[in-house]
Amino acid sequence: MIEVHEATVAYGDGSGRIEAVRSVSFNAAAGEIFGLVGESGCGKSTLLRAVAGLAPLAKGHIVLAGREVGISRTRQERRLVQMVFQDPYGSLNPTHTVDKILSEPLAIQGLDAIDRRVIQAFQEVGLGGQHRYRYPHQLSGGQRQRVAIARALITEPRILLLDEPTSALDLSVQAEILNLLKRIGRAHGLTMLMVSHDLAVIAHMCTRIAVMYQGEIVEMLEVQRLRRGEADHPYTRMLLDASLEKTRQGERDTEGTSSPSLTR
Amino acid sequence: MSVETSPKPVTWHDWLLAEAPQSRSQARLTRWYANWLALKRNPLAVSGVIIILALILMAVFASWIAGQSPYAQLLTARLEPPSMEHWFGTDELGRDIFARIIYGSRITLLIIFLVSIVVLPVGILIGTLAGYFGGVFDMFLMRITDIFLAFPRLVMALAFAAALGPGIENAVLAISITAWPPYARLARAETMTIRRSDFILATRMQGASALRIIWSHIVPLCLPSVIVRLTLDMAGIILIAAGLGFLGLGAQPPAPEWGLMVSSGRSYLLDQWWVATIPGIAIFVVSFGFNLLGDGLRDVFDPKGL
Amino acid sequence: MSEGPLLTVEDLRVAYRGRSGPVPALRGVSFIVGRERVGIVGESGSGKSTIGLTILRLLPQSALVSAKRLCLLDTDLMAASERAMRSIRGRRISMVLQDPKYSLNPVITVGRQIAESYKVHSGASTREARRRALEMLEAVRIRDPERVFDLYPHEVSGGMGQRVMIAMMLIPEPELLIADEPTSALDVTVQAQLLVLIDELIRRRRMGLILISHNINLVASFCDRVVVLYAGRIMESLKASELALARHPYTQGLLACRPLIDRAQPELPQLTRDPSWLDAPDESRRGTGA
Repeated sequence: MIEVHEATVAYGDGSGRIEAVRSVSFNAAAGEIFGLVGESGCGKSTLLRAVAGLAPLAKGHIVLAGREVGISRTRQERRLVQMVFQDPYGSLNPTHTVDKILSEPLAIQGLDAIDRRVIQAFQEVGLGGQHRYRYPHQLSGGQRQRVAIARALITEPRILLLDEPTSALDLSVQAEILNLLKRIGRAHGLTMLMVSHDLAVIAHMCTRIAVMYQGEIVEMLEVQRLRRGEADHPYTRMLLDASLEKTRQGERDTEGTSSPSLTR
Repeated sequence: MSVETSPKPVTWHDWLLAEAPQSRSQARLTRWYANWLALKRNPLAVSGVIIILALILMAVFASWIAGQSPYAQLLTARLEPPSMEHWFGTDELGRDIFARIIYGSRITLLIIFLVSIVVLPVGILIGTLAGYFGGVFDMFLMRITDIFLAFPRLVMALAFAAALGPGIENAVLAISITAWPPYARLARAETMTIRRSDFILATRMQGASALRIIWSHIVPLCLPSVIVRLTLDMAGIILIAAGLGFLGLGAQPPAPEWGLMVSSGRSYLLDQWWVATIPGIAIFVVSFGFNLLGDGLRDVFDPKGL
Repeated sequence: MSEGPLLTVEDLRVAYRGRSGPVPALRGVSFIVGRERVGIVGESGSGKSTIGLTILRLLPQSALVSAKRLCLLDTDLMAASERAMRSIRGRRISMVLQDPKYSLNPVITVGRQIAESYKVHSGASTREARRRALEMLEAVRIRDPERVFDLYPHEVSGGMGQRVMIAMMLIPEPELLIADEPTSALDVTVQAQLLVLIDELIRRRRMGLILISHNINLVASFCDRVVVLYAGRIMESLKASELALARHPYTQGLLACRPLIDRAQPELPQLTRDPSWLDAPDESRRGTGA
């Protein structure tokens, strides 16, 4: 469903040229949830934007659902892929009501039965009808993210891109949103590409994972191997160690030591 | 918290503060009402609103309030001080100054209105286009803006008067043409910030045209700061119009334009101070009112969460 | 060899003045901090950030604060004058915030900011302050302190910026450090390094630490005791090592809804908020410090 071949995204030119993404290649099959994990500056978000058609490729090409796509896309190509952003506040126009936010994509794509689709979208993401004519500042972070998800789904895309969708949310809200995303992905047979710095979230959601560092994919592995700690690349291992340590000591059994210590 | 719809609201106040608006118009009115309540809390801003409302009422109901014609000359009653018969006295041609002030509010309002409808759209249009498209287009538009910004207003007005003849319309034109550049700059700066927001990216991903993005998303977000700026500038605009009137370039006699009244009352300033001073006070009060309103609006429009 | 708790908070109540009446942020919070690390964990709206600001009396004038006791050793923080508080802030209690981008002055070099922090509280000369600042930069494991001294905040990375913050906050040798989400803006590997650093400095100086965070993993792995905050009240207070034995359903719910790397769960258990938690009596345990 998603094929990325030798994609390179660069900023600036001449001596100031920075390659945020360097010759990255990977594939995601239909219905799969593919994860991109790495720390800040590794290029995962930039890569996501390239797939979204928001950042131009300097080299390489991207194929979605069998069609090669560039930076300028037709309306149909736009309908194919939608994105959910990290900041639930910044991804909704504060001067638009939720109703407007959800009906706009339908209007742009020229779809009919706007009212019915909007109500259906509300039900799908578990938002109460009383929010329909509210403004974003009247909603909580979790509710806003639900609106963002509803907006992404309302034009029936086949690919959903997720840029750290739960990083800005509380732990309990994150659990709800992650469950919602999984459910929706299954219900609609969506192919999802998820970016996060949180290894646990990626491991929960994705079936295959690519680890990025400084613009390149340093390792690709299935989630089972990640869970077992069988990482080949030292960077992946470093990420795993840093993440696991916190989780393990967080749920330490009582026969552990009484005062926590940080291992190096 | 129960989620079923709240019981039918009893008063307008309730309806406007409804937690869960039932329609688009209700939602919009709710927001306006919330803004209004926020404004009400600021006593200075409320004073500004009162002043401006008074101006508008004066203009609309001029004939009822004034009681006399602003043009009726009675040369036997020249330069009479304020009295029960003439609240603000009479001017050098025996005209009732109170009536002239009241009718003069129409001219002031006309000037404000005309300038606004030129400056706001032109400024926002140029600013948003320049900010959104960037590149050469932006550079081109901004240089045009710079050119207009470089013209001093008074000199432009003189030039227009010389070319087209004096009059209110030409004065307004002169003011508008030199007043729009700051708004373009403001709109452009806002656009450049908003352009990078995630919701703009989301809209682009949906396949929205640039026009839709600018009109539906960017302009509503630029409006608050542009309106605040305009309200604060209003004082300056009124003063410039008065200044032009004073120089004889704007309204022409016998129009009861306040600046013109100050000008013609100049010669009598020492002995019959009211002829020039009272229109001067009127100018001051209206300018002040707009300033207060502008300050209040700026506090209200603090964008929620941007 | 503790001489009694470092910080005593008893029945702290804070409300912000809102448009339609007071909005409660803390509703009767009581806890004690010794020369140990206490973590306060809560979600947004729990009031956790308010605690840090209240201890330092940095709330806006319009906020309503009341407490039966709020003391740093023998000093009553509630009764202290603003002048007295100014000498306490930084000198006896310090606070490190989340994003060094916003808490460091962008137009002054980092070295000078650290030196000024020292000068303000000790009245030392500029040269002495500079020397101490360089020492602190070394203490926070910054290689090449001389070079970093002359850098501006925008020239240093996030992790280094936080180290600078820590240097600045610890140079006056306070007794208590409040860290409000100190690592949330940092990458996970940098987080680990920073925590090791804080750990070392706290231990060496026998300071107390209050770590405020929404990240229960972080708090549990780093602190000695964990205080769980919800809707302005303490739901549970327990040793970090015993977190798995938490008894309050909120704590259990929080722990359960974390995604875990090494375990596959088709669905994450969701936290259902029981409205009775809003009225629960204060469950804090009055344990003394380590």
